[in-house]
Amino acid sequence: MDLYPLYNSLRVAAISCVIVFFLGIFFAHMVAKLPRTVKGLLDVVLTLPLVLPPTVVGYFLLLAFGPNRAFGAWMQSAFHVRLTMVWYSAIFASVVVAFPLMYRTARGAFESFDPTLRDSARTLGLSNSYIFWRIQMPCCRQGILAGTVLAFARALGEYGATSMIAGYTPGRTATISTTVYQLWRTNNDALAFRWVMINVAISFVVLMAVNLLEKQQRRGAA
Amino acid sequence: MSLIVRIEKDIGAFHLRVNFESENGVHGLLGASGCGKSMTLRCIAGVVKPDRGHIEVNGRVLFDSETGVDLPPQQRRVGLLFQNYALFPNMTVEQNLRAALRGQKSADEAGEIAAMLRRFELTGLERHRPSQLSGGQQQRVALARILLTKPEILLLDEPLSALDSYLRWQTELELADLLDSFTGPTLLVTHSREEVHRLCRTVTVLDHGRGEGSVPVSMLFSAPETLSACLLTGCKNYSRAERLSENRIRAVDWGAELSCRNAAFDPAYVAIRAHHLERADAPGENVISCGVLRVVDDVFSFIVMAATPGGDSGASRLRLELPKEDCPQLKIGDAIYLRLPPDRLMLLKER
Repeated sequence: MDLYPLYNSLRVAAISCVIVFFLGIFFAHMVAKLPRTVKGLLDVVLTLPLVLPPTVVGYFLLLAFGPNRAFGAWMQSAFHVRLTMVWYSAIFASVVVAFPLMYRTARGAFESFDPTLRDSARTLGLSNSYIFWRIQMPCCRQGILAGTVLAFARALGEYGATSMIAGYTPGRTATISTTVYQLWRTNNDALAFRWVMINVAISFVVLMAVNLLEKQQRRGAA
Repeated sequence: MSLIVRIEKDIGAFHLRVNFESENGVHGLLGASGCGKSMTLRCIAGVVKPDRGHIEVNGRVLFDSETGVDLPPQQRRVGLLFQNYALFPNMTVEQNLRAALRGQKSADEAGEIAAMLRRFELTGLERHRPSQLSGGQQQRVALARILLTKPEILLLDEPLSALDSYLRWQTELELADLLDSFTGPTLLVTHSREEVHRLCRTVTVLDHGRGEGSVPVSMLFSAPETLSACLLTGCKNYSRAERLSENRIRAVDWGAELSCRNAAFDPAYVAIRAHHLERADAPGENVISCGVLRVVDDVFSFIVMAATPGGDSGASRLRLELPKEDCPQLKIGDAIYLRLPPDRLMLLKER
């Protein structure tokens, strides 16, 4: 059994997860400070990938990154970098699709952060970056952690947009989800079932880890 | 050493207009909830920006809308004790104190923290988290944390209201000691007239966002100027008033003409404290004939609600307190005579 899809899926999910972690926190932090009207509009735009069909996301990505489109062509000619049908194309798809999960959970966590803690820290002379990283982030740890794990799980399970922008090339762009589809299509039921079980096992472990972490934290706080 | 506050801020339909000065010592901001007391403290601390105004501590301008001065809270040297104490829940007691020293140039961090822990009787609790402390301990940590930053002025936002009543008295005594030892100006925000009386030297009354000037606490209780100030000091008997002559008024709601001290202005209201009402045997000067509406058996006294000639509801009723021992059997419907001594009548302005 060729384990490349497992390696590739984990790699894509992990990298996407790191990118989404910072992007999600950045936007959650920024949107919270905006005036109400702009906030509502931006919030809708940033949440859109959550409700759009992944094929629509894939379509938009191809519109931007496709080799015949402006940005894709420019990257090709200027840096000789191909943006579609390579393994890291799946990262673009995973990032866009997983982003709203991180963004929304982080925003929810930030909104429940007691603003008097920030105010009191400022009157004590603490800098804004200290307040953010040493007070606000630790206080919101639970929500941020939940968002990160959800984003990882979503990135791992991404299929629609990935199949459009990265396709399925065995040993190159194959991920677990595209492999399952390909094996089922070619009537290789036995192997498809194995990959399905692998996917279920990974998701199971990830969600168990979240539950354990949350329990530990609750014990630490009490 | 002084504090000058002159701020205006509009938040929707709420208009904050506060203007007072205070010297060293404890100055009270007294008002009902939602009158803008906490907002005033936040403006002084710099975490809320007023629309217009001027804030000055010991000659140092913290905010001035005309010259564009608006120091960030980090540079104001203002110690603000929040109502919920705002301890950082993710840090231990010691880490909370250490955080306060980050903005300071401290040669002996550990020594300063240890001294502060001793002073506030927190030794042994260094490794506890705020959620493991009692309300009183949390407040002591918050005060210790503030004093480590060596503020020039202390702002206390309802410091006792979050505590159980049996902890409150002990904490108030400790707070009084602390306030005695602090040399700069202190502002104490509260809705409790008792706290103002016991802890403050001067006071500003805030009413629906408006607070003007500063009066000695004794003046507030003996001769409040406005109806809202009078009600905040706990007086419950008041009536609309019309001036008849120099020392004679008609109490509209009570339906009576009363003689009073000379008033320098046209009073809008007249008021009298429950314990200043006297029972009389017969009609006479400043005596109103009343009917007993209700007798309430309170802890140490009887509270009697009485109907005046003006009516038996709202401001027309009088409330008097009688000691338990000399309360003869009063029944609902009984007629009693109440004397309102002229020098006990408080004449009040509209606002």
